[in-house]
Amino acid sequence: MITLIWLELQKMFKKWRTYIGFIAIGFLAIVVQVALYFTGSKMIDFQMRGMEQSFVMVGNLFNGYFIARFILMALIIHIPFLIVIVGGDLLSGEATAGTYRMLLTRPVSRFQVVTAKFIAGWISVLLLLVWLLFLSLVVSLLLFGSGPLLSFQGMRLIIFAGNDILWRFACAYLFAFISMSTVISISIFFSSFVQNAIGPIAATMAVIIIFLILSAIPVDFFQTIKPYLFTNHMSQWDGFFNDPVDYKEIFQSLWYLLAHIVVIYGITIYIFIKKDILS
Amino acid sequence: MNSEQVIEVRGLTKKFGGLTAVNNLDLNVYRGDVFGFLGPNGAGKSTTIRMLLSLIKPTSGEMKIFGKSITKNRKEIFSKIGAIVEKPDFYLYLSAYKNLEILGKLSGADTSKKKIMDMLELVGLEKRYKSKVKTYSHGMKQRLGLAQALLHDPELIILDEPTTGLDPQGMKEIRDLIIYLSREKGKTIFLSSHILHEVELIATRMIIISKGTTQVEGTVEELLKSEKIIVTFEIDKVEDAMRIVNESKWKENFKSTSKSEINFELTKNEIALLNKFLIEKEILVSAVVPVRSLEDYFLRITEGGAK
Repeated sequence: MITLIWLELQKMFKKWRTYIGFIAIGFLAIVVQVALYFTGSKMIDFQMRGMEQSFVMVGNLFNGYFIARFILMALIIHIPFLIVIVGGDLLSGEATAGTYRMLLTRPVSRFQVVTAKFIAGWISVLLLLVWLLFLSLVVSLLLFGSGPLLSFQGMRLIIFAGNDILWRFACAYLFAFISMSTVISISIFFSSFVQNAIGPIAATMAVIIIFLILSAIPVDFFQTIKPYLFTNHMSQWDGFFNDPVDYKEIFQSLWYLLAHIVVIYGITIYIFIKKDILS
Repeated sequence: MNSEQVIEVRGLTKKFGGLTAVNNLDLNVYRGDVFGFLGPNGAGKSTTIRMLLSLIKPTSGEMKIFGKSITKNRKEIFSKIGAIVEKPDFYLYLSAYKNLEILGKLSGADTSKKKIMDMLELVGLEKRYKSKVKTYSHGMKQRLGLAQALLHDPELIILDEPTTGLDPQGMKEIRDLIIYLSREKGKTIFLSSHILHEVELIATRMIIISKGTTQVEGTVEELLKSEKIIVTFEIDKVEDAMRIVNESKWKENFKSTSKSEINFELTKNEIALLNKFLIEKEILVSAVVPVRSLEDYFLRITEGGAK
């Protein structure tokens, strides 16, 4: 199984499309950092307006942690678009190339093939998020230095001390990994039906967009189903920047996303094992 | 013929909706066979091969390879099979070497550089081992297909139309390689083709299918020796020859004559006998040309005209 996963990763990272996400994140993170470097302090002033008269702010508030969270908030919404480029191609790419015939006539089961593809997909998500973490947190800390983290939660302003921040980022990224793994799992599921990557990419994005729109419509029916839509749980990573952290809500969302992954993976396995390979 | 059955198929049927692609097919392939699986395009050859390789599921029927059920012993069986199904497709963005390394590892083969390079040398691709497969011609991909099928030293090699799209030189090279694998390496080869001549050259046994059902099955010699073909004898003294023929048993085989030729309808074995007869009667035979090709036989079989 490890060999199979390793081979899948080799195939994946020999494809140009795999690097689109890394390049896009690299570009955006650097652009945001450069923009904030020159104009970011005004943003802090704007967000702190009205508070200067009541509080005396000391220390470096416009620091690497602030930038890292800002980048995470700005980019995490768009990462699904980059992830599905890889996920949508994982199974359909074999059909397009006709390589199913080579792959599935080896002494490996279809279960192993699909499982290896899912795991490779999740690893690609992990690597993409590690890349984002490196660019947003490590590089930002190097460029902007460290200090306390300002966190705006609705009308509340929370200030975390420097030694109370890193674990929050670690947990937020772990949660984001589960969120994004749900997205890539959906794209692999769609990928098992078709012979080109465009369909699964479009279908996954359509599902996410439709669910987000439904969640936003202020009609009782849609508000009733909102808690059952996985998109509603994807942004819970931000809960780690609240005080106190609402672990119950976070774990509820976590289990919900994990259940989605397991069910989608199971259905994909079932479909793929039953499928006639005609490509 | 070795009596150990390598492939045993009973009542194999595949239906796609209302279309029956393979209908109640029986197959027996024995160890050491070069088994020709013949049929016109659309006869159900590739569907049968896909079922043998578990790419598609049969509607009904039983398949055993190496005496074991494919569904229950898939991994064990597939570790001993090398196959090309239809045209060989590869990861085009990878080199030939990398493709073989990946596919070899999946088969549990020795994927050392030496082994892979030996295999590429066997199929004449060693100089292009670094090139991405997208730069390969169809013939090169076909040869790479053979390399991936042979890399793990399988006992059974299933080749689906391996010479399709090749030039005559390429076709001969593939045929020679199949003969080498069979005679020198003792491999069992299941060769699908729609070209009777190709199968006749290399197969020991064959089956002809049409519309998903078996038309004839047996050794190539058995199947072809009883089939009569039109043969033209080019001779020097046509009138003398005609007189001699009319006074002999060969009169029944006579079909027509022209200035320097006489046409007979003969079985393969009778050609040599008639030639010998004419020479003994001092008729100089300068050429013996089969006018009716084996392809006609094939066509008549697959069109249901003969059985």
